[in-house]
Amino acid sequence: MTMIRHIRPALVLFALLSILTGLAYPLGLTAVANLVFSHQAQGSIIIRDGHPVGSALIGQNFTSDRYFHPRPSATSGVDPADPSKSVPTPYNAAVSVGSNLGPTSRSLVARVSAGAVAIGADNPDAIREGWKIPADLVTTSASGLDPDISPEAAFFQVRRVALARHLPEMRVHDLVVQMIRQPMMGWLGEPHVNVLALNLALDAVQ
Amino acid sequence: MSVTGWTTILVFFLTIVVLARPVGGVLTRVLAGERTLPSRILGPLERAFYRLSGVNPDEEQSWSQYALAVLAFKLVCFVAVYLILRLQAHLPLNPAGQAAVAPDLAYNTAISFLTNTNWQSYAGETTMSHLSQMLALTVQNFVSAAAGIAVAAAVIRGFTRREVGTIGNFWADLTRLTLYVLLPACLVLALFFVWQGVPQSLSGVVDATTLEGAHQTIALGPVASQEAIKMLGTNGGGFFNTNSAHPFENPDALTNFVQMVCIFALGAGLTNMFGRMVGNERQGWAIFAAMSVLFMVGAGILYWSESHANPAFAALGVDPIQGNMEGKEVRFGIVGSALFAAVTTDASCGAVNAMHESFLPLGGMVPLVNMMLGEIIFGGVGSGLYGFILFAIIAVFMAGLMVGRTPEYLGKKIEARELKMTMLAVLCLPLVMLGFTALAVVVSPGTSALSAAGPHGFSEALYAYTSAAANNGSAFSGLTANPFWNVTLGIGMMIGRFFVIVPVLAIAGAMAVKKNVPTTSGTFPTDGGLFIGLVTGVILIVGGLTFLPALALGPIVEHLSMLRGIFS
Repeated sequence: MTMIRHIRPALVLFALLSILTGLAYPLGLTAVANLVFSHQAQGSIIIRDGHPVGSALIGQNFTSDRYFHPRPSATSGVDPADPSKSVPTPYNAAVSVGSNLGPTSRSLVARVSAGAVAIGADNPDAIREGWKIPADLVTTSASGLDPDISPEAAFFQVRRVALARHLPEMRVHDLVVQMIRQPMMGWLGEPHVNVLALNLALDAVQ
Repeated sequence: MSVTGWTTILVFFLTIVVLARPVGGVLTRVLAGERTLPSRILGPLERAFYRLSGVNPDEEQSWSQYALAVLAFKLVCFVAVYLILRLQAHLPLNPAGQAAVAPDLAYNTAISFLTNTNWQSYAGETTMSHLSQMLALTVQNFVSAAAGIAVAAAVIRGFTRREVGTIGNFWADLTRLTLYVLLPACLVLALFFVWQGVPQSLSGVVDATTLEGAHQTIALGPVASQEAIKMLGTNGGGFFNTNSAHPFENPDALTNFVQMVCIFALGAGLTNMFGRMVGNERQGWAIFAAMSVLFMVGAGILYWSESHANPAFAALGVDPIQGNMEGKEVRFGIVGSALFAAVTTDASCGAVNAMHESFLPLGGMVPLVNMMLGEIIFGGVGSGLYGFILFAIIAVFMAGLMVGRTPEYLGKKIEARELKMTMLAVLCLPLVMLGFTALAVVVSPGTSALSAAGPHGFSEALYAYTSAAANNGSAFSGLTANPFWNVTLGIGMMIGRFFVIVPVLAIAGAMAVKKNVPTTSGTFPTDGGLFIGLVTGVILIVGGLTFLPALALGPIVEHLSMLRGIFS
């Protein structure tokens, strides 16, 4: 049948287009990108004292009172005690994942409830002053690697961080204000604070 | 909801309006084989491709020849992708040492990428080697997009030609679209993405020590090259598991905006190309208008829904002002996530920047409905336009029935054979979506893969088969696909692609041989408001009647449960 006529063009064109779009294009782009934007092309890695401390774009976990905390993360990793199991490993940048819990999921409500209690205990002053808990601090992000928190979530933690670092509260507050990234052109995107950048700035203060 | 939020939606829409004409112009010239800027540079490459493959670009094909060429090409694609994935452990560019992809997953992924679905039953960063990402997946992103546009062009040619039996040459369309449209655009886009922070690296991972002294392994790779074609070709297959939500795929609000524009750019341009090719740009704008109405309604409902907090959280002391932030990224916020979800399912992109599974029930229903309507709201590149033409045929048929005249579209009589083909294509989608869902929720290999219980679990299954048959690729991603799902979804994706492409090409072939009917005062005009209203109504009624019962069992009952505080 006439299908035979199509075999040569199908095979040859597939091979040629594969070489062009599957090898020449990505490899050529890699070469150009690493010449022109080498920092970004290699993952926007932040170096402090000669060592990589993370990526400017990827969130990392903070639990100490001395640091601002990021959002909860749904990523998991291999259990060091038993490699066949996985355990919650927040901000595991080797495998991104969201919680994928639906709005009527019992697990979601239980998790948010526990998270709200823990955040209240960590930030008693904010709760006493009548703050409501910013929603981003009890919800997991889509990627599990969200580098940002909302300005409200940062202000919520100012008192705790200031106390732990023996810094004047206004000093920490001003630092947060400085670190807020506003929407582009006034409308595109949301105001946000990069947690790693904020904590690096905090470390630089002392 | 806020003023800045609505501004974002409005500016986005205006950008698409402005882009439609120039993009349509480029597509028209490239597909006609005319000289363009890229063709002056890459022309020798095009001619070399034809010489080596023995193609005469001026040799026209009948609809059946064209369809056979598409199928032959897809067969080669399937075998190649399957083999690369199975053999990746023995091939170069595998810095992370990824093992061979399992047979059912390799089969599912091969079909997924060649049908432009890009459903991902795997996590990219822990499954695919760099070579597989580039040589298997990126290639398919290019050629499946080009093939989609090619088919749309062939269909339009069917309407514009009179009493000839041919609708173009698939090999020439495929080569020109890849070389002169997709590749140049992707080079520019990919460099822009790198500038904004998307990595383009051949190393596997970076090991960092966090400020608190913990160890963090950061996955890297050739992301930007994949990202550009993933959006522009409405493919949607991400480099990373969480797709455009991952900060390395979509670092900021600007890249997010550009990615959304890319999803619609070619689909909107195709409506204008349609107008130019049929000799009346108003015909194209009429389609554009009907698509815009459906887009705005969906995007508006989604934005409204997600601006609300989950009512269960209020009692826990959580501030409702941010809206539903579960499964969303702070830098995009509610509007950047809601608009993206609407756009990605209007078109058959399937890239996600938020977890659709965690949307509130009505917010999650909008992507579902967008896909059920056949993804004809700008749609996948090519597939959106030829899908829309099917609904246009039904609309003029109904108009013809109402006044008792033989229906005509673009000067061609619509007769029984064309309507049969149209109905075949329009009916096979709901059959796959609803039939497979019904099966999956009653057999244990189906239900065991669901992560949610109750109505949300049903929505998870319905979303999966809807996404597969519509060739979208987004998911309620709590689903952990097992061999049952991989096999059935693969079948769904194939039916969704080829049971539309072949009938629609057959319609084009039938149209091409017909005479042109002169326009008279009795002709139903298809470039005005009445047609726009009629076709929008047909799309909603066909979709509404077919899917309402399933929607009632999933998102609607879940919404009512949520309001009553019933959890599962």
